[in-house]
Amino acid sequence: MIDKRFKIANKIFKSRLIVGTGKYKSFSECAKVIKTSGADIVTVAVRRVNISNKNKARLMDYIDPKKITYLPNTAGCFTAEDAIRTLRLAREIGGWKLVKLEVLGDKKNLFPEMIETLRSTELLTKEGFKVMVYCNDDPLMAKRLENAGAVAIMPLAAPIGSGLGIQNKVNIRIIRKQTKLPLIIDAGIGQASDATIAMELGCDGVLINTAIAKAKDPIQMAEAMKLAVISGRKSFLSGRIIPNLFGSASTTSKGII
Amino acid sequence: MNIKNKIKITVNGKQMQIIPTFTLKSLITKLKMPLNKIAIELNKKIIDKNRISKIRLKKGDKIEIVHFIGGG
Repeated sequence: MIDKRFKIANKIFKSRLIVGTGKYKSFSECAKVIKTSGADIVTVAVRRVNISNKNKARLMDYIDPKKITYLPNTAGCFTAEDAIRTLRLAREIGGWKLVKLEVLGDKKNLFPEMIETLRSTELLTKEGFKVMVYCNDDPLMAKRLENAGAVAIMPLAAPIGSGLGIQNKVNIRIIRKQTKLPLIIDAGIGQASDATIAMELGCDGVLINTAIAKAKDPIQMAEAMKLAVISGRKSFLSGRIIPNLFGSASTTSKGII
Repeated sequence: MNIKNKIKITVNGKQMQIIPTFTLKSLITKLKMPLNKIAIELNKKIIDKNRISKIRLKKGDKIEIVHFIGGG
């Protein structure tokens, strides 16, 4: 079965794997990971420039925003106002309209504050942003985000950076059934098989940071994740067999001696 | 320049002293910031980077200069 193109807000992307750029040992390691992963979208954060160290290396010196789509995030924002301020600044740096909204409600579990997330989605959409929304795996909230103008629904698999894998497959499947928007698992992936499962559930993509950045060999893990996403997608498209309680011999008994 | 003539501003949370004729552009040049990789806020208002030479800084101005860093 031929795959549809991976499209977000009318833009076509090659890779269904989106990679985060945080937690790497160096910018050069991060750049190698991105190359190996095949990702053409990477998340980035907006922070103060260090004014006392003018010669410090910058992310943009290592990852060319003309070749790789920067997806500015709102990491560390707890209110709609914080998130909007951050994304307006991101837009000012270089005209980015495609953004990742992430409004948190709790510093420990890093769960999304969905009331503020919904409010931010509405406000940002009105301002012309194309908002990809980090959210919980609640199908009702996912529907509300869609109605508010989100361009992608990005539910967590498990808490950010936890590496626990997909905890609630049923909810992800329900969200998949109800939306035609790109559905991207954001947060909670621990190993390659988690990414494959996400794709086999019918997700359009996976966003991974910690599972790659904090692996013993991040570059090899980037390749594993790339293959896992491709594998899961192909498996989904191929149409799995119906699970059966009993065995079904692969070899015919015809001609048996 | 007499130190008394200098005015205090805050840049990224740090106090700085500048001469009264300083524009936002003079500040960015002094800090050697690459304009195409940053965004600037003056007293919580985003500034159009094309206009920075026209903005003269005042006492107590709060400036934020941000860029992209790694994030998930």
